[in-house]
Amino acid sequence: MFEIKEKKKLAHLVTLLRVKAPRIAEKRKAGQFVVLRLNEHGERIPLTIADSDPVEGTITIIVQEVGKTTALLSNKLEGDAILDVVGPLGRPTHIENYGTAVCVGGGIGTAVTYPIGRALKEAGCKVVSVIGSRTKDLLILEDEMRSVSDELFITTDDGSYGHHGFVTNVLEEFIAGKRKIGMVIAVGPVPMMRAVAQVTRPHGILTMVSLNPIMVDGTGMCGSCRVTIAGQNRFVCVDGPEFNGHEVDFNELIRRNRSYLKEERMAMEEFVYHEGARCYERRGD
Amino acid sequence: MDPKEAKERMKIPRQDMPEQDPGERVRNFYEVAYGYTPEQAVTEARRCIQCKTPLCAAGCPVGIDIPWFVRLIAEGKFVEAAWKLKETNGLPAVCGRVCPQEDQCEKVCVTGKRGKPVSIGRLERFAADYEREHGETAIPEIPRRTGKKVAVIGGGPAGLTVAGDLVKRGHGVTVFEALHTPGGVLVYGIPEFRLPKNIVAAEVEYLRRMGVEMECNAVIGKLETIDELLSGGFDAVFIGTGAGLPYFMNIPGENLVGVYSANEYLTRVNLMRAYEFPEYDTPVIRGRRVVVVGGGNTAMDSARTALRLCPEEVTMIYRRSMEEMPARVEEIHHGAEEGLKFQFLTNPVRFVGDDEGRLKAVECVRMGLGSPDESGRRRPVPAEGSEFCMDCDVAIIAVGNGANPLIPQTTPDLKLTKWNNIVADGETGRTGKKGVFAGGDIVRGGATVILAMGDGRRAANSIHEYLTTGVW
Ligand SMILES: Cc1cc2nc3c(=O)[nH]c(=O)nc-3n(C[C@H](O)[C@H](O)[C@H](O)COP(=O)(O)OP(=O)(O)OC[C@H]3O[C@@H](n4cnc5c(N)ncnc54)[C@H](O)[C@@H]3O)c2cc1C
Ligand code: SF4
Ligand code: FES
Repeated sequence: MFEIKEKKKLAHLVTLLRVKAPRIAEKRKAGQFVVLRLNEHGERIPLTIADSDPVEGTITIIVQEVGKTTALLSNKLEGDAILDVVGPLGRPTHIENYGTAVCVGGGIGTAVTYPIGRALKEAGCKVVSVIGSRTKDLLILEDEMRSVSDELFITTDDGSYGHHGFVTNVLEEFIAGKRKIGMVIAVGPVPMMRAVAQVTRPHGILTMVSLNPIMVDGTGMCGSCRVTIAGQNRFVCVDGPEFNGHEVDFNELIRRNRSYLKEERMAMEEFVYHEGARCYERRGD
Repeated sequence: MDPKEAKERMKIPRQDMPEQDPGERVRNFYEVAYGYTPEQAVTEARRCIQCKTPLCAAGCPVGIDIPWFVRLIAEGKFVEAAWKLKETNGLPAVCGRVCPQEDQCEKVCVTGKRGKPVSIGRLERFAADYEREHGETAIPEIPRRTGKKVAVIGGGPAGLTVAGDLVKRGHGVTVFEALHTPGGVLVYGIPEFRLPKNIVAAEVEYLRRMGVEMECNAVIGKLETIDELLSGGFDAVFIGTGAGLPYFMNIPGENLVGVYSANEYLTRVNLMRAYEFPEYDTPVIRGRRVVVVGGGNTAMDSARTALRLCPEEVTMIYRRSMEEMPARVEEIHHGAEEGLKFQFLTNPVRFVGDDEGRLKAVECVRMGLGSPDESGRRRPVPAEGSEFCMDCDVAIIAVGNGANPLIPQTTPDLKLTKWNNIVADGETGRTGKKGVFAGGDIVRGGATVILAMGDGRRAANSIHEYLTTGVW
C-alpha cells in the first residue's frame, strides 16, 4: 500500500498528490512514469511522476479527473492509500545542454514539462517555457515553471490570462524572431503535440513529445501502448514515452486513445450514480 | 504385479472426467472440467499395471514417480499421493490441468499401446485438489537458515519453483514480480475456466508460509538492476521473466481499434477481469465477430475466452491445417464443442477499418502446403489470387512472443541469442554472468509450464551448490 502524504487542488479538476514510494522516489528520473491500481477492482493507469523527494521518500503525481479512476484518485484524502504503484517506468528524458530549449506544456501536460524543464535547466540549457490552458482557472504550475525557466510565456484559449491564443502561436513568433532553438519538448493533449510538431517541422528543430497511450502492464508485455513511429510499431511504455514528434503518427494515437470512450462513459455514469455523492460529501466539496 | 491381475486391470475402462455442458459453460468462466470423484480416481488409478521400468516417468520432464503416486491413489491414500507428487513437482494442481500429458507421460504409458493410457494428468489434479481442499497441505520442516539470500526475478512457474526449492534448503528468497500478483502466465494468460486463479493463489500462499518473500510491483531493470541486487545483499539471482513481448504480424491495419495482442486481450480479461466490467474497471471490446490469428495454446485460450464474452461468432484463422496446430488436442476439441469456427490454411494480409479507425474486416489469403521446413512441418505458401474478406470487429493476434528487453538493457554483460533470449546452460541454468542463473521461457522462448519448472528445479540445485561451495 502506498500512502498519500499530501493532497493539493491545483485547478478545477486537477489535483496534486504526494505519495509515499521511497524506492521509486530514489530511482526516478525526469520523464518517467508510474502505473497504479487503486483497489482490487481497479484498472491500471499510467501517470507521470512530476517530482520526487528521495529524502522524504515521496513521489508527486498530478491527476486530472477524466474518468472513474482519476475521479476516485482525486477523491482520496491525505492518509488514504493506493493499492499498487509500480515504477519508475519508461526511459528517462535524454538531457543535455541544447543551448536554448523550449518547453511547451498544455493543460495537465505541464506536470510533465516541469521536471524536464528543471533537468534541462540543471544541464545548463537556457529554458524558455510556453504553458497554456483553455482558461485561467485551468492553468497549473505557473510558479514552478517560472522557477526553472529563463523566460515564461502563458497562453489561454479564451484570453482570460496571458496571451490570447494557443501555445503554438507563441512558438511560431519565437521561431520567427530568429532565435536559435536547440530543441523543443512538448507535452499536452495529442492535438497540441501534433500542432507543435507541425510548427517546428519546416525549421528542422528537434522536437520531442511525451505520448500518453492506453496502457495495461506498462512493462512491454501487452502491446496496448503501441504507436507507429517512423512507420515502425513501438511500445511507448518501454521504448518511450518520449519520441521525435516529427515521426509520430498522431492521428493513429488519437484514434487508439478513443478505444473505450463508450465503456469509460458507462463506468463514470455508474460511478457517479452509486458512489459520486458519497465521495464528494466526504471530500467536503 | 502378476500377469493375471494386470490383465484384469487392463480391462477397466478409462474414466471420463465430468465436465460442464458446452452450451452452459460457454456462458460462464467457471472451470470446464469438474475433476474426478474419489471413486473415479481409485478406479482410474487401478488401471495402472505398475510397470517395473515405467515409461511414463521417463516421459515426464521433471521425472515424477508416477506409478508410486498412482498406487497411493488406488489405495485411497490421497493426501500421501499429493505429498509424493510434491517431492518432484511444486505445482501439481496446476500441472495436472495444463500439462500436455498426451505428448509426455500418457503418450508412452504401456496401457495406451492397446487401449487408452492411464489418465495420469487427471489423477495428478485429483490428488493435489484433494490435499488442498481438505486443508492438509503440510509445511515441510525448514532447515536452519543458511544466511544466504537469493533474488528471484519473475513470479511465473520457473521463478516459483526456484523459490520453493531454495527456501526448503534454508536460503532466504525474495521473488520480485512486475505485476501486482505473482503467477506469471498462470494468472495473466491461462484463463480462469482452464485454471482457476484461486489454485495459483493457494500455491503462492503456500510458498509464503514457507518463508518466501513476495515483492510485487517490482520491475527489475527499472526499480533495481541485477547488479544492484547483487551488490545490495543478494548472493545469487535467478531470472525467470518469461516470454512476455508479443509479436505482431506487421501487416497494414494492425493498430486499428479492436486489434489486440493475445497478451493484452487475455490480461484484460483474466488478470483484470474485464468480463466483469463495469463491476471491475478494466474494459475490453467484446465485439460481434471475433477472429483469432494463430494455432497454439495462446490462440486457443484467446478464442475460448472470446466465446465467453458472447459475440455472434468466433473464428480461428490458422495458416496450416488442423493436424499441425500446436494447441492441445483436448483444447481444440473443447473449443469446437463450444462453437468455435476454424479457417485453416488461411492467413490475414490486411486489417480494414472504418472512418474512426475501428476494425471492420480482415482480408485473408488461402495457403497451400509446400515442402517441409526446418521443423519438419510443411511450409504454408500463399495461393495467389485467393484473397477474400471476413467481417470482424475484434481481432486477436496470437502468433508468438519474444523476450522482454528490460533486463538485458540494464545488464549489458548478459549473453543473448539472436532472438534476445538469455543464454543459460541447460543443465545448471548458469548464465555467463557470475551468480546469475536463468530458466523458463526467457531462455527457451515460449515453451511449457512443466519445462519452465524443470529449469527452475535444475537451477535451484546449482544455485544451492554455488551458495554452499562458493565455486562458480
Ligand atoms: C495463453 C497461454 C496459454 C498457455 N497454455 C499452456 C498450457 O496449457 N500448458 C503449458 O504447459 N504451457 C502453456 N503456456 C506456456 C506457459 O505458460 C509458459 O511456458 C510458462 O508460464 C513459462 O513460465 P516462466 O516462469 O518462464 O514465465 P512466465 O509465466 O511468463 O512468468 C514470468 C513472470 O516474470 C515477470 N517479469 C517479467 N519481467 C520482469 C521484470 N523485469 N521484473 C520482475 N518481474 C518480471 C512477469 O510479469 C511474469 O509474471 C501457455 C502460455 C500462454 C501465454
Ligand atoms: S506406464 Fe502407465 S501403466 Fe506403466 S506405470 Fe506408468 S502409468 Fe502405470
Ligand atoms: S502497456 Fe503493455 S506493453 Fe506497454
